[in-house]
Amino acid sequence: MQVTWKPTIVAFCCNWCSYAGADLSGTNRLQYPANVKIIRIPCSCRLNPMFILRAFQKGADGVILCGCHPGDCHYTTGNYYARRRMTLLFSMLDFLGIEKGRTRVEWVSAAEGAKFAATMNEFVKTITELGENRRLEDLRCKE
Amino acid sequence: MQKIGVFVCHCGTNIAATVDVETVAKTLGKEPGVVFTTDYPYMCSQTGQQMIQDKIQELGLTGVVICSCSPRMHEQTFRKACHKAGLNDYMVEIANIREQCSWIHKDKQEATEKAVILGRAAIAKVQLNAPLTAGTSPVTKRALVIGGGIAGIQTALDIAEAGFEVDIVEKQPTIGGKMTQIDKTFPTLDCAACILTPKMVDCAQNEKIHIYAYSEVEQVGGFVGNFHVKIRRKARFVNEDVCTGCGACTEKCPQKKVPNAFNLGLDTRRAIYIPFAQAVPKVATIDPDYCNMLKNGKCGVCAKVCTAGAIDYKQKDTTIEREYGAIVAATGFNPIDLSQFDEFAYSKSPDVVSSLEFERLMNAAGPTGGTLLRPSDGTHPKTIVFVQCVGSRCEDAQKGKSYCSKICCMYTAKHAMLCREKYPDTDVYVFYIDVRTPGKNFDEFYRRAVEEYGVHYIKGMVGKVVPENGKLKVQASDLLDNRQLHIDADMVVLAAAIEPDKSARSVATMLTASMDTNDFFTEAHPKLRPVESPTAGVFLSGTCQGPKDIPETVAQASAAAAKVIGLLCKDSLTCNPCVAEPNELMCNGCSNCEKVCPYGAITYIDKEFRGPNRTTLIRRVAQVNPAVCQGCGACTVACMSGAMDLKGFSNKQIMAEVDAICR
Repeated sequence: MQVTWKPTIVAFCCNWCSYAGADLSGTNRLQYPANVKIIRIPCSCRLNPMFILRAFQKGADGVILCGCHPGDCHYTTGNYYARRRMTLLFSMLDFLGIEKGRTRVEWVSAAEGAKFAATMNEFVKTITELGENRRLEDLRCKE
Repeated sequence: MQKIGVFVCHCGTNIAATVDVETVAKTLGKEPGVVFTTDYPYMCSQTGQQMIQDKIQELGLTGVVICSCSPRMHEQTFRKACHKAGLNDYMVEIANIREQCSWIHKDKQEATEKAVILGRAAIAKVQLNAPLTAGTSPVTKRALVIGGGIAGIQTALDIAEAGFEVDIVEKQPTIGGKMTQIDKTFPTLDCAACILTPKMVDCAQNEKIHIYAYSEVEQVGGFVGNFHVKIRRKARFVNEDVCTGCGACTEKCPQKKVPNAFNLGLDTRRAIYIPFAQAVPKVATIDPDYCNMLKNGKCGVCAKVCTAGAIDYKQKDTTIEREYGAIVAATGFNPIDLSQFDEFAYSKSPDVVSSLEFERLMNAAGPTGGTLLRPSDGTHPKTIVFVQCVGSRCEDAQKGKSYCSKICCMYTAKHAMLCREKYPDTDVYVFYIDVRTPGKNFDEFYRRAVEEYGVHYIKGMVGKVVPENGKLKVQASDLLDNRQLHIDADMVVLAAAIEPDKSARSVATMLTASMDTNDFFTEAHPKLRPVESPTAGVFLSGTCQGPKDIPETVAQASAAAAKVIGLLCKDSLTCNPCVAEPNELMCNGCSNCEKVCPYGAITYIDKEFRGPNRTTLIRRVAQVNPAVCQGCGACTVACMSGAMDLKGFSNKQIMAEVDAICR
C-alpha cells in the first residue's frame, strides 16, 4: 500500500440529525480528514442501495450512512427502514467480496458534533487500513 | 444544458483562510454548463445577493450554485434572492464549504481540493434540478401546550391574549408545576405562590384556554399547521364538572397513610386528595394505589360525604382527539435521584434533604407549617450545611450530569439567607466549587448573603456525611485555606442537579423533535432560533430546553408564544415541494410504497392507459397527495420498479452527486 494513497469516502447524512451534527462539528472546529465528502439526503431512508453500489463502482473506498438515532427520526420510522435495508445490503456486499468494514451505518444526532468527527476519523482509519477498493470498480466508468 | 453561475463566498476569512477561493472559482468554471464563476467576500450581504441577481438577469442563468456556509444557514436567503431575480427557488444549490470544509481542515491544498469536489457535486446536481412550485396547506388555529408549569402557563396566556384557542395538557392533577412547591423566589424573596397562583387562576378563567389536567399526550400525527393529537384523560374517579373542591372528602377519607407527593413524601395525605389549596382545577382526585374502595371494594366514605355527588368509582380513562396548528413542549425538569450519592447519607438520614425538600420545610403550607424542623426528631436545627453541585458538573456520567444546573447557586444563597433571617441563631455553611451568579441583581444578592447575613461560604467539596448520635458529621476540605474541616451539623441540604422530566423523551419521540445527549430538547439554532425545535410547528418553552431560572423561563415562554402566534396568524402555509412523485408508466401497483409511507400520503387509483392497437387498459397506479407527503423518500427505495422518485432529491440527482465526488 502506498503511503500517499488516500481513500475516497462518501458519507450520506440525513438532513435533520446527522447533517446538522456534521455542521456542528464544523462550528466546533473538530477536525476530520478531507477525504470524507458529505451528500445531504432528506432522511436515511432515502438512501437507495443503488447509490452505494454506484459509489463503489465509481471508485469509492468506503461509504457511511448517518441518520437520526432510532426512535428520533424526523419522519418517525425512516431510520428503521434504513437499518433493515442496510443490514441486507451489507451482507450482500460482504458476499460480493466488499469487506464489511467498508460500509457502515452510524446514528448521529444534531447535537453530536464530536461523535460525528470521531466516527469519521475512525472510519477513515479503517478504510485506510483496508486499502483501495477494486472489487466493484467498473473500469468503463473511469476516465 | 443549464446555464449555471457559480458564486464562491470567502465568508471574510472563515472560508478564504483555508480554501483558495479563487482557484475554486476558476476550476469550477471548467465544469460543463458553467457560464460564470466569481468569488466575493460576503455572498450573503446585500451587495453579494445583488450580484447574484444581476448575473441571473444579465446572463439568463438557469441554475445557481453557491459555495458558502451550510444550507441550514443561508439556503433560504439565497433562494429568496434568486426568486426575486426570476429564478425558481429550487434551481439553487449550496455547496457547504464552510462547516464541512474550511472549518474542519487545516491544510489549504486539501481543503481547496475538497471544496472543488463539493462544488462539482452541487453543479452536477443543479444540472438535473427542475423548477418546483410549493403548494399550500391550511392552518388549524389552535395551539397545544404540553406541560402546565410556569412555562406552559405563560405560553398559553400569551397565545390566548392574541385571540387563539390553547389547550394545556398537564399530567399532574393540577397545573402550576415545580413553582408551586417553591417557597420564595430569588433575588427578590417574594413568595412563589403569590406570583404564580394568580396566573393559574387567569388560565382557568380565560375562555380561550382549556386545561386538561391529569392527562397525557398519547399520540401525535400530522405536521405543522395540521397536527392530530390524542390526549388520554386519566380517571380521577371524581367527576371534574361536578366537584366543587370543598375538600370534605379529603378530610373524611380513612386512608391517611399516603405519602404526600406535593410535600415530597415529608408528610402524608389521604387517598382522595387535592394537591394544595390553590390547585387549578380545584378538583379532588382518588389515588387508585391507596383507595380501599378501588382496591377491595370496601369503604365508599368519600361518596357518602360528597354533597355534590361527584365521586365515580367506575370512571375510566378516556381519550380525546384534537387538531392543532402548533405544539409547544413545556415538559419541565426534576431534581435528579440522590440515592446514588451515598457519601452524603441522603438515604441513611432523614435530616439530609434535597433543596426542593428544604423549600417545603420552609413553606407555610408545607409539612411543618413553615417552621424549620428536622424531619428526624422535630427539633430546630442549629447548624446547617449546604452542599452545592450535587450531581452538577459531575465527571461521572453514571452518577450525575456534566452540565451546570444554573439555578443552584442562587437558590442556595436564598436558602442560607432565609435561614439566617428567620433563625439568627443558626450557623449556616455553604460548600461550593464556584459561585455562579450571572443575572440581574444576582451577584448583589449573593454578596448580601455573605456580607449582611453572615453565611459562611467555603470553597471546597464535602467528602462525606456520617450520621452519628443524632448529628451529622460533615467532613470537608477548605480549598482556599488548604485544611480539613469537621462540622457537626444538624441538617445537610443537597443542591441536586436538575434533569429534564422523564416524560420528555417520549414526548420528543411523538413530536419527532430532537434531543441532546442529556435529554434536553434541541433548538433549531442555538443562537438565532432558541425557542423553535428543528421540527416545524414544534416550539420549546422553559427548562425542557435547558436549565433555567424563573425569569428566563417566563421570557422564553413568551418568546415561544410569539412564534406560535406568528404561525397561527397565517391562513395557509407553504408546503415543501420536494415530495414523492410516481411515474405512472412504470408503476405496477404493488403497494410497497403505500406500506412504508409514515403519513398515509399514498393511495391507488385505477387509471386508463392507451394500449397497443387502439386498445385501452386499466391499471392500478400509485398517487401521492403532495399536501400530506413530507418528502422522506422511504417509498422511493421501497419501489421495485423504480417508478417512485423524490423531487429535489431524485435518484438521478443523488447519483450525479456520487459520480462527481468519486470521479
